[in-house]
Amino acid sequence: MISTTQLQKNFGKNIAVDKLNLEVPSGQVFGFLGPNGAGKTTTVRMLTSLIAPTAGTAWVNGFQVGKQDEAIRRTVGVLTESPGLYDHLSAEENLLLYARLYEVEKPQQAVEKYLRMLALWERRFEKASTFSKGMKQKLAIARALLHEPKTIFLDEPTSGLDPSASRLVRDFIAELRNLGRTIFICTHNLDEAERLCDVVGVFKQKILVQDSPSALRKQLFGRQVVFHLKQMLPALAETLGQQFNLPAVEILDNKLIVTVADPENENPAIVRALVELGAEVQFVGEIRHSLEDVYLRLLGN
Amino acid sequence: MPNLSKIQILVQKEWKEVFKHKIVLFSTIFLPILLTIIPLVSLYVIGASMDGNTVGEISDSLPPAWRLLCPQDSTDSECFQVFMANQYALLFLLVPLIIPTSFAAYSIVGEKVTRSLEPLLATPIRTSELLLGKMFAALIPAVIATWAGFAIYLVGASLVSVPPVVKSLFSPIWLVGVGILAPLLSLLSVSLSVMVSSRVSDPRVAGQLTGVVVLPVIGFFVSSMLGVLVLKTSLMLGASVFLLVVDVALVWGAISLFQRETILTRWK
Repeated sequence: MISTTQLQKNFGKNIAVDKLNLEVPSGQVFGFLGPNGAGKTTTVRMLTSLIAPTAGTAWVNGFQVGKQDEAIRRTVGVLTESPGLYDHLSAEENLLLYARLYEVEKPQQAVEKYLRMLALWERRFEKASTFSKGMKQKLAIARALLHEPKTIFLDEPTSGLDPSASRLVRDFIAELRNLGRTIFICTHNLDEAERLCDVVGVFKQKILVQDSPSALRKQLFGRQVVFHLKQMLPALAETLGQQFNLPAVEILDNKLIVTVADPENENPAIVRALVELGAEVQFVGEIRHSLEDVYLRLLGN
Repeated sequence: MPNLSKIQILVQKEWKEVFKHKIVLFSTIFLPILLTIIPLVSLYVIGASMDGNTVGEISDSLPPAWRLLCPQDSTDSECFQVFMANQYALLFLLVPLIIPTSFAAYSIVGEKVTRSLEPLLATPIRTSELLLGKMFAALIPAVIATWAGFAIYLVGASLVSVPPVVKSLFSPIWLVGVGILAPLLSLLSVSLSVMVSSRVSDPRVAGQLTGVVVLPVIGFFVSSMLGVLVLKTSLMLGASVFLLVVDVALVWGAISLFQRETILTRWK
């Protein structure tokens, strides 16, 4: 569980995080989205007790940031932006070091479990420097999980990975979600956020919106239906809008884009009306707005 | 109180990693060997080549204070060799200063450069445990190398030199000097290096800045050579007590000055 109230971080005169209020319940996968320099990494560093807030309060796993930092670090796992492995140590040595620092009861077993889970067991004696970027990222994810943290912070988990490595990492995060961990993901990959996250927060110094991807879509765009006509007729949009009291009707070439509250019930009537008005309807479909559309609209792009 | 097992874990990790750098391994082994062989060869050459006239001239030019080190019944030649052997023994106070500088200077800034510091700081490790781990990792090899080098020097000197020389090297001066003062000098070097390493953002700058720690010992060496300082057990003990106080202050300072936030957010 993560909770922040008016959390703020200033670097000199720069406000990196501005009065952030956030609630992430236990077991939720939360996607923290925002442009470069929005303050995502700073927020993660505050929530993992690496840096202190300038103002406000934050609680992670029932411990207060700034007052119970050691307890927080014990119960969270962090995947930092860069894997930050010890290149001269083997994969196993890298993980064993962290298992011991986290005081894992059976370090060797924990290391074996995660190396096997992430398909690195066969290469456990090889130096981290010989690993590909994807393997290094997997090893860093294993490192973040060795002590079975309640909350996991993943900063750009698939950044710079090839599609197959990205998929492996994504599948692994999905597995973690099924195990009921709270997962906080900072990402630019909106498709990934859409697939993995229960809730996303779009952030730029402060949270602009926070909800599930589907709710955000509905909130920002409503439900939009597109009617493909053989030929656009004059005044069709205006007539239709008045007849059905539609909030928005747009014309794009031979297409009418209509915002409707309940397409399942309203579409048949609209089609009938269009035919009565002399239009020839070729296709009808609902526009699926992506999380990217939501993100870009929120950030004013 | 710092958790000793975490310090031990970090020491092991530092050794595993740092000793894989050939340059560090080379400097740890090569310097004590070099500073052992050169004095032994020199002592052998001095003992074998000195005639009465040369010794007489050199002995006259020795600082009078140095005469105090010579056994009363020793000849000029023996006294000169005692002088040289003790001067060379001072080099074993340089070894514990030099060896850990490259080792420790790289410790924090090196982790920052390889970006391994943030995951490490995200663990429940305290600043004192982190820094003590890094300090001990640099200190222990330096002290072992110093003691091993001095032991070889003692054995070698007893083989190539005259009894008064051996007797003077086995004196309490060097028992305190190498046994106590050398580890304290090493701690001075290590704590300064770690302090510098956690305040600068470039490993090369850290290395250069920590190089200045050898200056006090070089000053000691020159003062002794000129007869301004006379090597005595009391001097070594006094210097040890002084260094102990300085070391405690420096270790405390290194821990206090270590700013996790600055290191994570300002270093690029």
